[in-house]
Amino acid sequence: MTVALPPTAHRPALRHRLAERGVDRTLLLVLPGALAVVALFCYPFLYGLQLSFQPTSGATQGGFSFGAYHAFFSEPFARKSIWQTFSLAVPASLINVGVSVPISYRMRRDFRGKRLLLALLVVPITLGTVLTAEGILEFYGPAGWFNHTLNLLGLASSPVQLTMNYTGVLLSLIISGFPFAYLLTHSYLSGIHPSLEKAASTLGADWWQRFRHITFPLLLPGLMTTFCLSFVMAFAVFPSAMMVGDPDGKTHVISIEAYEAALEHFDYAQGCADAMIMTVLMLVVIVAVTTLRSRLYSGSTGGKG
Amino acid sequence: MSTVTPMTTAESDTGAAVRPGSQLGELELRGISRAYGAHTALHPLDLTIRGGEFVALLGPSGCGKTTALNSLAGLLPLTAGEIVLDGRRIDTLPPEKRGFGMVFQNYALFPHLTVRANVAFGLKMRGVGKAETVRRVDAVLALVHLTEQAHKHPGQLSGGQQQRVAIARAIVMEPPLVLMDEPLSNLDAALRLEMRSEIRRIHQEFGLTTLYVTHDQEEALSLADRLVVLHEGRVSQIGTPADLYENPANTHVAAFMGYRNLLPLTVTGADARGATASGRGLTVRGAGSGAGKLTPGQSVMVAVRPEDLRIAETDEQALGEAVAEVVEYHGRVLHVEAVTREGDRLHLTSSGQVRPGDVLSVAVDTERALFFPQAAVPDPASQEVPA
Repeated sequence: MTVALPPTAHRPALRHRLAERGVDRTLLLVLPGALAVVALFCYPFLYGLQLSFQPTSGATQGGFSFGAYHAFFSEPFARKSIWQTFSLAVPASLINVGVSVPISYRMRRDFRGKRLLLALLVVPITLGTVLTAEGILEFYGPAGWFNHTLNLLGLASSPVQLTMNYTGVLLSLIISGFPFAYLLTHSYLSGIHPSLEKAASTLGADWWQRFRHITFPLLLPGLMTTFCLSFVMAFAVFPSAMMVGDPDGKTHVISIEAYEAALEHFDYAQGCADAMIMTVLMLVVIVAVTTLRSRLYSGSTGGKG
Repeated sequence: MSTVTPMTTAESDTGAAVRPGSQLGELELRGISRAYGAHTALHPLDLTIRGGEFVALLGPSGCGKTTALNSLAGLLPLTAGEIVLDGRRIDTLPPEKRGFGMVFQNYALFPHLTVRANVAFGLKMRGVGKAETVRRVDAVLALVHLTEQAHKHPGQLSGGQQQRVAIARAIVMEPPLVLMDEPLSNLDAALRLEMRSEIRRIHQEFGLTTLYVTHDQEEALSLADRLVVLHEGRVSQIGTPADLYENPANTHVAAFMGYRNLLPLTVTGADARGATASGRGLTVRGAGSGAGKLTPGQSVMVAVRPEDLRIAETDEQALGEAVAEVVEYHGRVLHVEAVTREGDRLHLTSSGQVRPGDVLSVAVDTERALFFPQAAVPDPASQEVPA
């Protein structure tokens, strides 16, 4: 009986072996997404990378040169944009993560008005950066309500300068970045089983000790991930740096440097090189944070351990 | 099974650290109750626990036993009543000030800390010195046979080992009272038996006072010195295992204590030595439950354990006849589920051969049938025994 079967019996065996390794027909579902990633991300990225190495003079010819990179690092104003980007992105991300911890800690319990507060915290997600920037200009501007109120209360004689400078951009980054940080932190926090804190309290730990020794260490890997995402968003700051910042001075961030090179001076090679420098810097920070994160405990945060 | 830890540690080692004699004189619960809005989860409960006692709170899920435990631990505020520990009122203290040890149903081990750090956590919070901490943690780990696992994380341990870490963590504080919330319910059957004796051993060796919550009457009977049976937030009965087993106060307790045969009958005759009840094609002669005199015409619930209900001898007065339906092999005896002509199910045991379909004459010793006077409306809750 088995003599007639071998050719047909072999085929299912192969399919089984492939299935063992996760290769089956459902894998085809990945295809459209993968194509989109290749077409919309990989190709433009590699094209830009290639472009950034083109010699600055005679951009139409082929060739290979570090000219654009050299130009960026030899120009003090351009070089300074790295520092300016970091000095906006790092504090903004730290503030976003730092503020979302106590808020989400408190939001785990039910209280009156919780839903309203939640809505208020999350609404900025739905506003575009431009809208937020407009709002900041109107509200915190020299003739805005904020300064008006300060003046009425007699707290400031002359308007406090909160827009068109570093503070304005930082504010905008916090307003638009906080909801993401909060939502992420909240979900990480709710993954920690409440019985752990109860257990700690029966063992004599007060609320600070419970947070310090139990909740915080379990939350830290999540906070680091949140920091990375917040940082990436803040690092690419562009509209608010233009609108509520001081694009030619204190908030001349890398994205503006790249924009000006590419679309004001029409030097695409320089623009691409600036963008690549920006990417590498972001990657360095993310790799550093994830390396640190991998050293921490990152297993289950449920009650059973 | 990999969970069995060899007893490698020298017994003399543990002996030095064991503290016979409880830290607690007397814990008094005075009318403690807890309500969630309109729903009262726990009706006023009065209970006095003496030092060294092992008390079990027993009842089906939703009976209020975990509420009582959490209120005692301070994790849940009381609606009314007070808790007095050796003359000191403690119900207003937060959990971290009460100093009770608690073992959670899911163990609640700190997953990012090693076994040693988990056990040392409470001592660290209390600011106990390093040398003293090491000494006490070592002693307790030896007591629960976990010395070898001290450096591991909870995730690397089996269920039984995690459970012992949870116990070690609670008792290293030498608490006046240890609260255990169904600590065995996440373990498989064999391990549950093993840990049951382990808990009793630790209770005795460490001189603990333990309040243990469970829904498993076998667990409660075998572990506890005293049982508190709760039903719908109220105490049904408080007594020793023997009290409850032999003289359950009502049908709820009886059902819980393994009286699987609960027959709603009517009293036909009563005298000084007992009473007779009949109905539904059955006639049972039995003893009263001690809850007052029985009068003819009264509705009673007759409770009989499966192991007391047997096939009648040839010269004996049978209580009725039933057809065997399910026969289960349980070693030396057979458990038989039989149906009477009226449709009542009887659970009985037989040492002889029984096959499904056999017509059986069933009998019970007079002193083994308990009569519980019933209110006019029979309670459907008492019909089925919770597993």
